[in-house]
Amino acid sequence: MDLHTVWTIARKELRDALHNRWFLLYTLAFIGLSLGLSYLAMSGSGIAGFAGFGRTAASLINLVLLIVPLMALTVGAQSLAGEQERKTMAYLLAQPITRLEVYVGKYLGLTMSLFASLVLGFGISGLVLAIDGSGASDPWSYLILVGLAFALCLVMLSVGFLVSALTRRAGVAVGIGLFLWLAFVFLGDLGMMGTAVAMRMPINGLFWLSLANPLQVFKMAAILNINATLDVLGPAGIFAMQEYGSKLPLIFIGVLVIWAVLPGVAAFVRFDTSNDF
Amino acid sequence: MIHFEHLTKTFGRYRAVDDLSLDVKPQQAVALWGPNGAGKTTVIKCLLGLLRYEGRITLNGFDARTQGRQARSLLGYVPQELAFYDDMKTLESGYYFAQLKRADMARVPLVMAQVGLADHGAKPVRALSGGMKQRLALALALLADPPVLVLDEPTSSLDTAARSQFLNLLCQVKAEGKTIIFTSHRIEEVEALADEVLIMDTGKVIGRCPAYRLAEEAGLRTQVKLIIAPDKLDAALHVLKADGFTVRRNGVGVLVDVLPREKAQPIHSLSRADIHITDFEVE
Repeated sequence: MDLHTVWTIARKELRDALHNRWFLLYTLAFIGLSLGLSYLAMSGSGIAGFAGFGRTAASLINLVLLIVPLMALTVGAQSLAGEQERKTMAYLLAQPITRLEVYVGKYLGLTMSLFASLVLGFGISGLVLAIDGSGASDPWSYLILVGLAFALCLVMLSVGFLVSALTRRAGVAVGIGLFLWLAFVFLGDLGMMGTAVAMRMPINGLFWLSLANPLQVFKMAAILNINATLDVLGPAGIFAMQEYGSKLPLIFIGVLVIWAVLPGVAAFVRFDTSNDF
Repeated sequence: MIHFEHLTKTFGRYRAVDDLSLDVKPQQAVALWGPNGAGKTTVIKCLLGLLRYEGRITLNGFDARTQGRQARSLLGYVPQELAFYDDMKTLESGYYFAQLKRADMARVPLVMAQVGLADHGAKPVRALSGGMKQRLALALALLADPPVLVLDEPTSSLDTAARSQFLNLLCQVKAEGKTIIFTSHRIEEVEALADEVLIMDTGKVIGRCPAYRLAEEAGLRTQVKLIIAPDKLDAALHVLKADGFTVRRNGVGVLVDVLPREKAQPIHSLSRADIHITDFEVE
């Protein structure tokens, strides 16, 4: 793999993302909402002014759960299918470059653009809190939350790439991406609760089932990071703490890595074997 | 230079290319000629590594399937459907593809000037006319100064003036010693650019000939309508028949059946016989 080629394509993707109105809209929404949530978190603490890092981090979890998957899924879904639809993919692949370089370049470029968006959102909130001086209590929780958001971003980008590799039209790919977002964010919770009730699932089964949804994994990892316990999640959380204790962070990170790698590799295999240019 | 060995491409049960073998020699220009659906573009896509295929394709010994990068580094491609990044500026596109091709960056403005786009470098690609986009495609193909040019219906989207201008450019490039393989269904394009023609139909090669013999091989005829004074019509018919033309009376003139590259012949015949032609049409 030629890194010069990968970097050339990645920079082009980054440039395109910065010209993409939807991407800019997501970024502005993320920055605005994260700032707003930082401010609103104070009402929970009953103190005027911005809340501390820990409290802000907690309030940001729900924001990350909504916006980050939406951004990454839609951007990933457009990546390969969009170029294929515009016929630019065939022209790109006719150059003296490999499909692996194209894939990795696009993935890297979109990762950089998404990370830039997250850094802006988290960074501006964090900077305001640091200047305010009220949040010097727990910056590490905040930084770990940022890291977990990055991991969730990669997971959703990989899933978006897989959708993109399996479809030929960008509109269809984005539609499937939005459905998956809905499924992960809302239907996943309902489905899990329904399954647990209908199957009279034991508590350990419920915990393992929740690992099938990367958003649940992110949520549990983020809560564990802030609270140092999953008791707020109810019996399943208490079970997980008692059964796995200090291994939980590793389990969560491992699941997120698997979720990022498997769809990403599957997307590449599909793209590499595609005969449709 | 380019070697196709039993190239076969199927889509399900449909054979888009059926057992094509071909050798393209250095500096030779070979046309794949045929109607839509003949399999011409499929051959090009196989050469570019965009489609999987049976058989073997090599460029200067590099296998297009297993050594795709090396094989593609020897060629520049002008696609049928011009697909560029529309929001990029023209010159910026040049630099982007030059980086991908590992071409000398200093060549970008030179090549843009060569195809007449030197004054359009700051324009977004979407602002270029169809003819300019086609020239941009040629410029991008020439960036790394490849020995081979692959052109897929290079003038199909152009009007008459732009087509003529672009064809001149291609002839200049050919004169510089490039090997060219191109698809076309325009006989005048083939005759102007190609040395050899493969006549294709439904995936099969049904004929092979020098470019100047394409019309005869493909059985192509053109009708020339000559308008002649009424009192000279009979004499004109007699002269043309005597010179071997297939001719018939048509209203105020005669219709002569000729090869596409011999449209002026009946005019010469009648001039030699002092028969005045008032007007003519090519149908």
